[in-house]
Amino acid sequence: MDDREIQLRRYKSILSKYLDDQSEQTLYKGQQFSRKMIEQKISPEEAVSLHVSAMESLYPDMPQEFKNSYAFLLEMMIGYGFAYREHQSLRSRQQQLETEIEIAANMQQTLLMGEMPTVESLDIGAVSKPAKKMNGDYYHFVQDENDCVSVAIADVIGKGIPAALCMSMIKYAMDSAPEQRMQPSAMLGNLNRVVEQNVDPNMFITMFYGLYDSFNHRFYYSGAGHEPGFFYNAENDDFGELYTKGLVLGVSKKPNYREYSKDLQKGDMIVLLSDGVTECRSSKGFIERDEIVAMIRSNLHLSAQEIVNTVYRELEKMQEFELRDDFTLLILRRKV
Amino acid sequence: MNLQIKQEDQDNIHELSLSGEVDAFTAPQLREKLMPLTEKEGETIVVKLANVNYMDSTGLGVFVGALKSSKQNNSTLKLTGMTSRVHRLFEITGLDEVIDIEDVKGGSV
Repeated sequence: MDDREIQLRRYKSILSKYLDDQSEQTLYKGQQFSRKMIEQKISPEEAVSLHVSAMESLYPDMPQEFKNSYAFLLEMMIGYGFAYREHQSLRSRQQQLETEIEIAANMQQTLLMGEMPTVESLDIGAVSKPAKKMNGDYYHFVQDENDCVSVAIADVIGKGIPAALCMSMIKYAMDSAPEQRMQPSAMLGNLNRVVEQNVDPNMFITMFYGLYDSFNHRFYYSGAGHEPGFFYNAENDDFGELYTKGLVLGVSKKPNYREYSKDLQKGDMIVLLSDGVTECRSSKGFIERDEIVAMIRSNLHLSAQEIVNTVYRELEKMQEFELRDDFTLLILRRKV
Repeated sequence: MNLQIKQEDQDNIHELSLSGEVDAFTAPQLREKLMPLTEKEGETIVVKLANVNYMDSTGLGVFVGALKSSKQNNSTLKLTGMTSRVHRLFEITGLDEVIDIEDVKGGSV
């Protein structure tokens, strides 16, 4: 006996029982049977054809009009059959794509994993989370042999795969910079050239680049249209804006990036963020920059890493655990 | 949220009045309307943003694309009447120095 015959028998027995008793119980059996048919990928028109065969064998003397009407119904179901098969093939393609994205996301993670600097004078914390699987935010620390630390934070416009691909380009461009220790304005000028030549006209990248000199505890920095960070002055217990003026990367051929500097005293802090932090929307509206400052302020007693983790958790909670944009927060604090 | 775009043309001046949000979902709609206008030489495109209450970086990207295209094709792009909240985005990104922006609400340019 082949599958179709077994199915037909089973279907016929349930159907004839139902025609006899019309009980809930038999109806339930029918439901279970239909679930099995779905599992076996039986198409809608095959299901109808099963019903027709069962009816023909139960009622051999069925009026001709009924038989004709079944033929008509079968014709009607063919379109549904096509839709069903298309749905099946889309589902398997979607699974394939998801697997591919998973692999890409892992690759990206590996690409981005860099060592955090360990400099005696600095306490450093970093958190970066993608809204979807791939991250369009980027941060990067480099420590040179003189214990100077450079830090970059970048945000690629948009989210998801295009942003992540673009970000990988930035990573390579930075790695191939002629020297590791580069003046921030020169670094941004270099990267702008790479981005300007290689991205879609609607794309751009915002970036903040800084260099911390461990000898004189001076922080040099430049910005390319990036969301301003904060500077915490420990002595006055006061947060100020770390303002930079400069055009985003990828728009103009020859932008000028001004360089700024700040002297850090013990306990002073540099806070860098992506606009995913201030573009967070909670149920009550946008989360304002003041609120971020307040969150950092109330956790000042913690280490830099604990502060960024705590702020991330609080913001995540305010957005009901659903990030709308990639999120990156970095803190550098002078220890000694 | 969505975006409404109203277009008025007079000679070689094209006015697009936007209302709603310009974000990742609505940006393609704006791009479709705006880009072809910037591709004609000598035309002036004025985008009125008074009723745009939210814009994200994808929205900014549309204007960056339009700016590049208008420079390439010798057309003129102007943005007018944006709120100070939206203007802040143009300021932070430095785009206020390369795009012609007029008449910011709740503050001067």
